[in-house]
Amino acid sequence: MRKVNVNDIRDVVSELCIEANVNLRGDIRKALKNAIRKEANKKAKHVLEILLQNARVASMENRALCQDTGMVSVYIRVGQDVKLVGGSLKEAIDRGVIDGYKKGFLRKSVVKSPILRDNTATNAPPIIYTDIVNGDGINITVMPKGFGSENKSKLKMLDPTADKKEIISFVLQAVKEAGPDACPPYILGIGIGGTFDKVASLAKQALILPVDNINPEKYLRKLERAIMKEVNKIGIGPMGLGGRTTCLGVNILEYPTHIAGLPVAVNVGCHITRSASKVI
Amino acid sequence: MQRITTPLTKSVRTQLKSGEEVLLSGTIYTARDVAHKRMANLMQKGKKPPIDLKNAVIYYTGPTPIRGDGLFGSCGPTTSSRMDNFTPGLLKMGLGGMIGKGKRNDEVRSSIERYKAVYFLAVGGAGAYLSKRIVSSEAVAFKELGPEAIYRLEISDFPLVVGIDSRGNDIYRRG
Repeated sequence: MRKVNVNDIRDVVSELCIEANVNLRGDIRKALKNAIRKEANKKAKHVLEILLQNARVASMENRALCQDTGMVSVYIRVGQDVKLVGGSLKEAIDRGVIDGYKKGFLRKSVVKSPILRDNTATNAPPIIYTDIVNGDGINITVMPKGFGSENKSKLKMLDPTADKKEIISFVLQAVKEAGPDACPPYILGIGIGGTFDKVASLAKQALILPVDNINPEKYLRKLERAIMKEVNKIGIGPMGLGGRTTCLGVNILEYPTHIAGLPVAVNVGCHITRSASKVI
Repeated sequence: MQRITTPLTKSVRTQLKSGEEVLLSGTIYTARDVAHKRMANLMQKGKKPPIDLKNAVIYYTGPTPIRGDGLFGSCGPTTSSRMDNFTPGLLKMGLGGMIGKGKRNDEVRSSIERYKAVYFLAVGGAGAYLSKRIVSSEAVAFKELGPEAIYRLEISDFPLVVGIDSRGNDIYRRG
C-alpha cells in the first residue's frame, strides 16, 4: 500500500490556491482570443482585450486575477490503495487553504456564520468533496469561486415530462437575470438529474471542465450547442456593453434521476472561472 | 478620451454622458456592503459618516491584501446592486459618483438624476489590471473590517465608462 503524508496534500492545496487565482486557465485564454477575432462590436472587443491584459499582468506580477479570490471548493479523489499518514486529511486541506491565501496575498472572504458574519480571516474552511477511486494516486482540484457569479446561479426541479426547450429557457432566464452583473462573458456549468443537492454539485463540477470540452454524449453535445447559441443571441456581451460574446462555453454533467423529476442547476461562471489540479 | 479629476463637482458631473469612456484621477474612497450598512446606521442616528461625502467618489471594491510594494495586488469592482438600498441616502449627503459593476435599480437611477451624480462602470474581473492605476492607499475607517474597510485611494487615469449620467440616462436601459 502506498503511503502519502497529509502534509504533502496540504502543500499541494496551498500551491493550487495560488495557481488558480493568479494564472488564467489556458482553455479560457484561448476562448477569449477566439472571441476577440469573432467579435464585431468595437466596445466588446476592447473589453475582451483588457481581460487578456489583465491575465498577462496577473501571471507576470503574481497578482490575483480578481480581488474576489472566492470561497474554495476542494475536490480530492483518493485511490483506494493509498494509506494516508501524518494526521487528519480535513485539517491538512484546511491548512493548505490558509497557507495559500496567506502566501499568495489573496483576499479572505469567508465568514464563520452566515448570520453573525464574522470573517474567519483565513479564507478557511473550504468546501471539501472526497471521493474514493481505484488505484494509488491522489487527484486534487482546487476551485476558488467568487460570489458575483455564485449569487446569480439557479436551481429548478422541472417536471419529468419537460422538454429540452424548458431546460434551455431556464438557463436563458438565469443568464438574463445575471445580465451585466456577474462579469460576462460567462461560462456555464449545468447539472441535470440526480437529486436537489446532487444537481448543484454537478453544475459546479461542470465549470472545472475545459470550456472546449467535447461531451462524450451526443445528445448532451447538441444541448450544449443549442444553449450556447441561444445565450449568445441575448446580446449582453463583455461588461454588458453588447456584442455576440455573452458566453465562452457550456458544459453539462448529468446523473441518473427519479421517474418523478428532472432537476436542473446552472452555476454561472465569470470570464475568469478558476480551477487548478494536480496529481500526487 | 476625456480625463477628469476629483473632487467630482457638479460642473464636471453634468458634462458626462452615459456610454462615454473617461479616465479618472485623484482621490476616491472604497466602500462595500458592511461599510455602507455602518454609514447608514450612523446617519440614522444623526451622526456624520466617517468620510466627507460632498463631491466624493465611492468605489465598490474589497481589495486583496497589501503586498510588499505597499499596494493592493488586485482591486476591481464588485456588484453595485447590493449597495442600492443605501445609495439614495449617500447621494442626499452630496456623494458625487460611484464606481462599480452591473445594473442599479430605479430608485438609484432617479436619485442620481435628482442630485446630478454619476454612476461609473469599471471592468469586472480585471482587478490586477485596474490595481496598476492605484498610486497609494490608506485605511481611513472601519479598519477592523480588513478588505471591507474604507480606504482612501489615489488613482491615476483609472479607466471607466459612464453607466448612468446626471440626467438619469442608463447604459443598460437603452431602447
